[in-house]
Amino acid sequence: MADSTHLVKHIESYVDSSSSPSQQSASLDAITALLENDVLTIEALVREMEMYLTITDSIIRARGILLLAELLGRLASKPLDDASIRSLIGFFTERLADWKALRGAIVGCLALLKRKSNVGMVTVNEARAVAQSYLQNLQVQSLGQHDRKICFELLECILDCYPDAVVALGDNLVYGICEAIDGEKDPECLMITFHIVEVLARLFPDPLGPLASFAADLFEILGCYFPIHFTHPKGEEVDVKKDELSRALMLAFASTPLFEPFAIPLLLEKLSSSLPSAKVESLRYLSYCSVMYGADRMAKHAETLWSSLKDTIYNSSQPISSLETEPLDGMGFQENQITTEAILLMQKVILQNDGLFISLIVDDEEIKSTINSITSFKNYADIPMQNKKKLYAVGQILSVSAKASIASCNRVFESFFLCLMDALGLSGSSGDSHPEEDFEFSGRLKYGALYLCIELLAACRYLVLGFEESSVTVSAHEKWCCMLQSFCYSLTETLCCTLLTSTDKDIQNAYIHSGVRGLQILATFPGSFLPISKSIFENILMRLMSIISLNFDKAFLWKLSLKALVEIGSFVDNRHEADKAPSFKGIVVEKIVSLMSPDDSTMPLSLKLEAISEIGTTGLNFMLTIVQGLEKTVFAKLSESFVHGNVESAESTVQLLECFSNKLLPWFDKIGGFEEVPFHFAINIWDQIEKSTDFSIGLQEKELVGATMTAVKLAVANCSEESQSIIVQKAFNVLLSSTFSSKEFISGTTSTKLEASQLNHGLNSFPCRDQWRVSLFASVIIALRPQTHIPNVKAIVHIFLTTLLSGHVPAAQALGSIVNKLPLKINTMETSDGCSLEEVLDIIFSTSVRTSDGNGLLRRVCGTGDGSDISLSGLRLSNVNNSLLHIHAIVGLAWMGKGLLMRGHEKVRDITMTILSCLLSDSDVGALSLKQGPSKDSTEQDVLAVMKSAADAFHILMSDSEACLNRRFHTIIRPLYKQRYFSTMMPIVLSSVAKSDSPITRSMLYRAFAHIISDAPLSAILSEAKKLLPILLDCLSMLSEEISDRDIIYSILLVLSGILTDKNGQEAVVENAHIIISRLLGLISYPHMMLVRETAIQCLVAMSALPHARIYPMRTQVLRTISNALGDPKRAVRQEAVRCRQAWASIASRSLHF
Amino acid sequence: MVSGLINANPIVYEKKERRTRTAPDDVNEYAVEPIDQLEIFDHLRDIKDPEHPYSLEELKVISEDAIEVDDKHNHVRVTFTPTVEHCSMATVIGLCLRVKLMRSLPMQYKVDIRVAPGTHATEAAVNKQLNDKERVAAALENPNLVDMVDECLAPTFA
Repeated sequence: MADSTHLVKHIESYVDSSSSPSQQSASLDAITALLENDVLTIEALVREMEMYLTITDSIIRARGILLLAELLGRLASKPLDDASIRSLIGFFTERLADWKALRGAIVGCLALLKRKSNVGMVTVNEARAVAQSYLQNLQVQSLGQHDRKICFELLECILDCYPDAVVALGDNLVYGICEAIDGEKDPECLMITFHIVEVLARLFPDPLGPLASFAADLFEILGCYFPIHFTHPKGEEVDVKKDELSRALMLAFASTPLFEPFAIPLLLEKLSSSLPSAKVESLRYLSYCSVMYGADRMAKHAETLWSSLKDTIYNSSQPISSLETEPLDGMGFQENQITTEAILLMQKVILQNDGLFISLIVDDEEIKSTINSITSFKNYADIPMQNKKKLYAVGQILSVSAKASIASCNRVFESFFLCLMDALGLSGSSGDSHPEEDFEFSGRLKYGALYLCIELLAACRYLVLGFEESSVTVSAHEKWCCMLQSFCYSLTETLCCTLLTSTDKDIQNAYIHSGVRGLQILATFPGSFLPISKSIFENILMRLMSIISLNFDKAFLWKLSLKALVEIGSFVDNRHEADKAPSFKGIVVEKIVSLMSPDDSTMPLSLKLEAISEIGTTGLNFMLTIVQGLEKTVFAKLSESFVHGNVESAESTVQLLECFSNKLLPWFDKIGGFEEVPFHFAINIWDQIEKSTDFSIGLQEKELVGATMTAVKLAVANCSEESQSIIVQKAFNVLLSSTFSSKEFISGTTSTKLEASQLNHGLNSFPCRDQWRVSLFASVIIALRPQTHIPNVKAIVHIFLTTLLSGHVPAAQALGSIVNKLPLKINTMETSDGCSLEEVLDIIFSTSVRTSDGNGLLRRVCGTGDGSDISLSGLRLSNVNNSLLHIHAIVGLAWMGKGLLMRGHEKVRDITMTILSCLLSDSDVGALSLKQGPSKDSTEQDVLAVMKSAADAFHILMSDSEACLNRRFHTIIRPLYKQRYFSTMMPIVLSSVAKSDSPITRSMLYRAFAHIISDAPLSAILSEAKKLLPILLDCLSMLSEEISDRDIIYSILLVLSGILTDKNGQEAVVENAHIIISRLLGLISYPHMMLVRETAIQCLVAMSALPHARIYPMRTQVLRTISNALGDPKRAVRQEAVRCRQAWASIASRSLHF
Repeated sequence: MVSGLINANPIVYEKKERRTRTAPDDVNEYAVEPIDQLEIFDHLRDIKDPEHPYSLEELKVISEDAIEVDDKHNHVRVTFTPTVEHCSMATVIGLCLRVKLMRSLPMQYKVDIRVAPGTHATEAAVNKQLNDKERVAAALENPNLVDMVDECLAPTFA
């Protein structure tokens, strides 16, 4: 052995108790490696170690044995020959008697016993010898925690892997185990002991075997752990969870029916304890054990079990309030858990032995008396709380019993149903032959009976549905079915009556809840199993519908009825109930559609729309009918408002359209594949527009236009490319049939000259009809997919350019969408009217507008043709109209710029420069005002307005828009476009600020700056925080004058607070701390917006966390100002001020004297 | 200082649910929201009892109904109920209430703090002490007392 010296060194290092644990494990690793690589054999090792294994010094001996054992543990997958295993297991078995060096022996046995047969394992006889030695020599309970644990592991291993070896040990083994596990307290050990008991029980199933004689003792040991109760503090690291432990114990409890005589009484006793967790545990154990112990053994406990279960359910039920409203979630959780566990247990025992248990329930005096007492109260309000609780409990018990099986359902119905019906004052009739006379209904129903009756109905519906799933058909001749059937008619009538005989509101709600629920249950019995005839089903639907259409003033009833109808509808749709679907469609869907007809004005429109959209979502078939109906109404109303200028119908049309775009279209979008609906809607709208040649409604009905546009946009956006092309073509034709049909537009490929006389009159110059057409056409264009082919782009662009210059924003947005989505290059082989982006841009930028001002000069609004050099050099402003025109042009440019910016086109730069030059055009003002002295004021104002609109153009460019250019409308969006634009624009704006000398220009630049920065991503701003912060603060002071700028102020303040709270911004903030604080202090008294004041104070709180030396000088000033904010008119501001004052006061001394 | 607790085992009541004020949809920017009972109560409810880790609300030392506010005349009166009659902490609790309101209300407000009639053995003395500004000022010069007050107030600024 070349390595023998190494080996000896390693062994010595391991055995030496003075060496560190890391050294020991290193030498263990080294020896393992030697053995693994066959450099060393086990025999050689043992021979080498002989001295350590047999030495009289017990410490060294223990280490030696442990080394050998650990090595064996690591070689679990290395084949060893039988002879070595034989001698090793013999050695370790013998060593179990050596209590001074025990650990090694146990680990060794464990390692050897765990070996698999393919690498050489211990024989049965050897395993038995280990077990015998174990039982003879080990005093497990006197060992330490770790030793106990491995002892139990050894035992577990023997029981698991060598059952044959130990069965023969019989009594001896069971006794030994009892002794070993008695009094164990460590959770980890307990996990193993519980498992040991479980396996043991499996080994000795014989009711006369060794386990039987020890069952009492064994259970005595186990029983004291129940219920598992952890006293470990929460923070302590415990590997074993309470739930795992509890589960292991439950398995041990249920491991053998032999435990039954001991376990069930114990569990029942604990069930009556007052500790909620103990109750839950015992219910859980009982559920599990009763199944494992079997029906026969459980039978003798049935009576006691029933009485304790009854008590539990009676006493743990939640407050009765759940009867009236929806079940309250999260309330009385513990209570509810007890009830659910109890119900589960009851379900199990009833299923196990239904005859016996059901008789107990049925014959129970307490239930009978509860039912009697409850049915004796006439009115809901008369029932005392205690009785309501009982009522609830009985409801649950009956419901569970009826749900359990057909037989139990029959029993329950036999015993209780008739008496409930009696209490309700109903008499049965055979079959469907009802007397046609009106149902007599007098007085008020007994609520208790009603409630229980509904519970029973719900239970049997559940039962039937459960059987349907397992494809077992329930015979309709079961006893309960017949009973139910005979009462069906009168029950329905009664329930319907309950809904309407209202007196007191609170009381009524309880009845309504039950009534609607009952009707819903009756209507949703599966059709294949039919105690409910068609006529009754239709009757129910009609009743509910009449509530919907007539009783809309009773909100609660109305809501519940609608919900019930929705449930019934989805039930009918989901289960393909062939005979019920037509009834539902005929009675509910068509009725509801007819409600929409314009001449029906009984019901508020908002409720109609709610009903219609809810019912529609129950099924595609119903939805299609409803959409048709709704569309019809929409168009009828639209034409009414177009032709007669009916303002009222315009209002309702707006509501209808909103319902269409907010509820129905998204639903179709969600289920997918139904683009006909939006497609038809869009086409029909255009038909309508085409038909109405005479508009008497003005654009003053802004809302109507807006709602129509939104609906059209959404509808078009949901269509596929092909449908979109059709829609565009149609829309374009309609558009051409109006004013825009002049040849100029269609042929206009080069520079089109627009007569400014037309433009100067602004919007009024177009007939109302054309405005509608252009607006809707713009909506279509906005919503198109990029791939959709747009016919005659050039003409369309011209139309939009014209309308845009008269101040029509949708036209500008449409242009923005066009430039965003047009393909860069177009295949010229395609249609002749195709047009690439470049061409369109050329058209846009080369359009010159002739204005008819005094001098008749050609004004170029958008600059000249070669695209790269768009400038406003030629621009001079002389009158109001021109400045207005100019502003419209800027807005248009901004939207187009946005379209280009989002797709990442470089032309956006030119547009930006044009806008910027408008913004800087103030130098002209001076020159101009010199020339035209008298008109100076108005001119100056015009220029200001233009500059302002140029500054605000940056808001359009940077902000997200709901109306267009977003994902919903298939916009091409380049990632990080905002960030990119921000970083290109900032240097330009900053240098312009530095260059500008006039205060007006400067303020306009600040405005633009504010728009850009408030929509830029924070991370981009943070990297430049140092440079930006001073300007940002100037913005704050500059813009806080104007009341109209409050939204800008707020958004800049949000940017500032973003910088303040991010740690990357800290450096810049610390540098500017003083100026930031004084600006914020100024904003604390900002009168125009509460949010600004609140945010400013929050920013100040954040500032108080800065380095002490930096902010201390400001402390007095801050405290003085903030104390004024304590008297702020708004509560939220006052609250923040209190926090802020405290934060600043406590940075120095905590005394009150600031 | 007193050794041992004055009321070793106080009854702890449930906290009332925080009423969230529902803001109307169209907020008038310039409308004044007057200081009311609930607002004052919100300032005070989280003050910690000097003896126990419970809030004054949980011990029912103060309740919403025991606060009277007259926003027009800038006046607040808080009536608190010590947990036991001989509670020597009553003055400390009162001081906490006063300090908290001093720090939370606009300067023009006058604050009256008093023990609920019949709930304390030396009611008159406590009331007098709490409403004497010289004595309050003197108490706040005492670093021990200020520390104690600040500790009690800490949870209200969370």
